Amino acid sequence: MFDFLEGYDLLGAFWTTVQLTVLSAVGSLIWGTLLAAMRVGPVPLMRGFGTAYVNIVRNIPLTVIILFTSLGLSQTLGVNLGADEVDSINFRLAVLGLILYTSAFVCEALRSGINTVPVGQAEAARAIGLSFSQVLGLVVLPQAFRSSVAPLANVLIALTKNTTVAAAIGVAEAALLMKEMIENEAALLLIAAIFAFGFVCLTLPTGLILGWVGKKVAVKR
Amino acid sequence: MTEVSVAKNDVAATDELVVLKSVNKHFGALHVLQDIDLTIARGEVVVVIGPSGSGKSTLCRTINRLETIDSGTISIDGKPLPQEGKALARLRADVGMVFQSFNLFAHKTVLENVTLGQIKVRKADRKQAEEKARALLDRVGVAAQADKYPAQLSGGQQQRVAIARALAMDPKVMLFDEPTSALDPEMINEVLEVMQQLARDGMTMIVVTHEMGFARSAANRVVFMADGRIVEEAAPDQFFSNPRSDRAKDFLSKILHH
Repeated sequence: MFDFLEGYDLLGAFWTTVQLTVLSAVGSLIWGTLLAAMRVGPVPLMRGFGTAYVNIVRNIPLTVIILFTSLGLSQTLGVNLGADEVDSINFRLAVLGLILYTSAFVCEALRSGINTVPVGQAEAARAIGLSFSQVLGLVVLPQAFRSSVAPLANVLIALTKNTTVAAAIGVAEAALLMKEMIENEAALLLIAAIFAFGFVCLTLPTGLILGWVGKKVAVKR
Repeated sequence: MTEVSVAKNDVAATDELVVLKSVNKHFGALHVLQDIDLTIARGEVVVVIGPSGSGKSTLCRTINRLETIDSGTISIDGKPLPQEGKALARLRADVGMVFQSFNLFAHKTVLENVTLGQIKVRKADRKQAEEKARALLDRVGVAAQADKYPAQLSGGQQQRVAIARALAMDPKVMLFDEPTSALDPEMINEVLEVMQQLARDGMTMIVVTHEMGFARSAANRVVFMADGRIVEEAAPDQFFSNPRSDRAKDFLSKILHH
């Protein structure tokens, strides 16, 4: 029944999906945290930038962003992110696009977490003489992260599935292989089911584990 | 003549630590602080009392600029309050603050609460900071709770930790914003005792409270506020036995004798 799988690198394709997910997750966590810091910060210019960024980026379809990184950045402007081969150029561009897009959602998940931290926590931190970045880094964000685990897990699950958009610029991840297999084999439903199962295998544990972690690290008040 | 010059010398020796000059603040249309003039000398314990909404908490919070003011000046130890930034953070480190709702850092242990400012602001090394923190926790009677998290402590214990956290910065002045208002009655005394001890040790204190017993026994001066103004300032004995203003008489008649 599964004979047709021979000759296809199913695991390799999913491995690329995992790499896309992990690199984009790390990148968007960092950039999203910076954006959240800008949005709650005292500098009007940064607040404005953060707000504008989030509202513009989250409203653009991911496909458009990923295509822009390839057609706009790479082919028009010649930005190849330090890679020479087409494959690694596309991979890096896809990671960049995913980071730019996902960080808007990370920022908003974190900002909702920041809103769960009572204002008195920041006041007490300011009152002992901590600077703005110390108040944020030592008192507010550690508590915000703990209460943002569940919404961040949602973002991570969405990101895992969004990596399929990278197929649009030819990154050899799971969705591209699926398209190829569907064209070559006469087993549409089975192939679709296999790939759906593959993604569930990636995202279901993510959700369950992070749900448990979220409960474990919750700040007791 | 002699007496007058002695009095003058006294003023010079116990110089002015906190000075507010014609401070005004509005919350929208509400004029919460109206031309406040107040001077607190080094080592003095000033208790601010008054009805709810009279602006006493706001007054307390303006002194370390948790609330900004619209006009007037506030200076601490001769230096006017700076704008938000590094200089303000330095100044705040010298002004201890104790809040009504304790505001202990919920994700840190009691010990970490008391060492955080020493390490990050005063740049003390961890070992010394912990030693000092344990000594302070011992002084306020919660040394046994050092490794617990704030949520595991009673309100009275949390507030005493909050006092230790403020003291760890070696503040020049301590602000208390209704420190016992969120406490169960049986826990009020354990916090007041710590504050009494601090007052006896010569700490400069500005205390917003409804605890008239504390005002009587620990204060050098009582400041009575109503409707955003300082209505009356007097020594506690004089204020409680013989208030001059009608507003103060009315207030005291409602809270005393029952």
